[in-house]
Amino acid sequence: MINLAVEVAGIKLKNPVMTASGTFGFGREYSKFYDLSLLGAVMVKGTTLEPRLGNPPPRIAETPAGLLNCIGLQNPGVDAVIKEEIPWLSQYDVPIIVNISGHSLEEYGEIALRLDGVPGVAGLEINISCPNVKHGGLAFGTEPQMAADVIRTVKDKSRLPIIAKLSPNVTDITEIAKAVETAGADAISLINTLLGMAIDIKTRRPVLSNIVGGLSGPAVKPVAVRMVWQVAKAVKIPIIGMGGIVSAEDAIEFLLAGASAVAVGAGNFYDPLAPLKVIEGIKAWLEQEKIADVRELIGAVKIC
Amino acid sequence: MVYSLKTRILENKKILPDFYEMVLSASAIAAEAVPGQFLMIKTSPTQVPFLRRPISISRINAEEGTITLVYQVVGSGTKLLSAMTPGSEIEVVGPLGNGFTWSEKDKVVAIVGGGCGIAPLVALTEELLKAGKEVYALLGAQNRDKLLSDRYFIELGAKVMIATDNGSYGRQGFVTQLLEEVINTTRLDQVYCCGPLPMTKAVVKLTKEALVPCQVSLEERMGCGVGACLGCVCKVRSEEGSLTYKKVCHDGPVFTSSEVIFDD
Repeated sequence: MINLAVEVAGIKLKNPVMTASGTFGFGREYSKFYDLSLLGAVMVKGTTLEPRLGNPPPRIAETPAGLLNCIGLQNPGVDAVIKEEIPWLSQYDVPIIVNISGHSLEEYGEIALRLDGVPGVAGLEINISCPNVKHGGLAFGTEPQMAADVIRTVKDKSRLPIIAKLSPNVTDITEIAKAVETAGADAISLINTLLGMAIDIKTRRPVLSNIVGGLSGPAVKPVAVRMVWQVAKAVKIPIIGMGGIVSAEDAIEFLLAGASAVAVGAGNFYDPLAPLKVIEGIKAWLEQEKIADVRELIGAVKIC
Repeated sequence: MVYSLKTRILENKKILPDFYEMVLSASAIAAEAVPGQFLMIKTSPTQVPFLRRPISISRINAEEGTITLVYQVVGSGTKLLSAMTPGSEIEVVGPLGNGFTWSEKDKVVAIVGGGCGIAPLVALTEELLKAGKEVYALLGAQNRDKLLSDRYFIELGAKVMIATDNGSYGRQGFVTQLLEEVINTTRLDQVYCCGPLPMTKAVVKLTKEALVPCQVSLEERMGCGVGACLGCVCKVRSEEGSLTYKKVCHDGPVFTSSEVIFDD
């Protein structure tokens, strides 16, 4: 019998495969394809205090082995998420991790407070890394002190496990990781998207309405694996690895680099069944390699 | 139901210089699809191109379990699609989105199609004629080489009117001029529109002035195609009157023209 179960920040997962925030809505769309209870966890769309309209289209630009997006955190606001989305998603036997984003420390604190004690919510993922909104998001994720302040604020307002989602758009990812660990983060998600740009050479205009956007998909995977490896050496808290995972092989690479769990993001667009294929593929690979427990892979990369 | 499955390609042939017709054996999808819906199609076994391509359904044959797609080769994805051979398999997701709707009360309707936008109007016209409606099919293209399916609309029994930009076939001018004429001479109960944005805007303006209800099918770059990523939005007026974004893939691609806001 092979064990696929892992525990991250006190959240028990039946397998290490989650769906990444912003690529999976609140689960409704993909529930038409499979039973969401099969997933390790669902990380829902970035939620803000007030409803957000998001950026005008075009919001998507395809790039080699990936895509740029500038959605701009379109979401119905935390109260609607608590009233409409969480109760619906709670029908499934799957931990719900709510991704939250704010303009200010106070906003992060207020959203965390409102989500505290909401039935079905297993943890909060703190987005200090969204490149597509002017305030909040990325600004908080590029300065160790500011990142620590956000984490301290939400820790103070919430009893839920707190996962800091970090931006790769920094010089030294380990500095930010250490700062959020010291501030009390229970786990770290990485990476969010890499800031990028695409230009339509016929019109000479940027493809995206927001000029720049976040790059995701297989194109960013080597950067993500490297950052997971660096951060795993620098902190003691667990890491949820993400960035271009579409197959079990991709996921195993992240586990070996030091991630305790992984999330499928843009891979959901590539194949709506990708998370299930990753779960089944990890299991098959463990069987083939005669490894009894998926946890044996975590951080098992061999560096001579 | 929405399916994610491998389907067999029965046919994939060039029908016009830039246009291809692909027939898929997909009985589950054919049993449930309605005109105006689309499929998300994986165009390569590799990760380039990474995203699937949204292709509208042109014809639905539930009895034979086939779906016909008509697509224009515009980029790397559709180019790969055009090279696929009958007998091979292709991964598709669908049927997706909300299709066109019609009511029993409607007697005389017009479909207005431009360029590639004519494709989904074929299945719609079949259904409208089956439902006993008188259908004006107003078709437009840059030139004769880019005019889709005109003969098929005639065979179906629609009243076909054609306009080309250069006058190489039908009337010289825009398809919207044809619509203006029909509106002036006939009492239309409904207009259905699919085509390039300038055409769609003009059709919406004409039908609004004539107080004829109109449904438009919109196009936008898509990420997931199922409503999760919020990549393909259009601006709409909500019931309370405020502006908001709806998802073209999930809330559309067919919208009532009165709810959509077109930026100038």
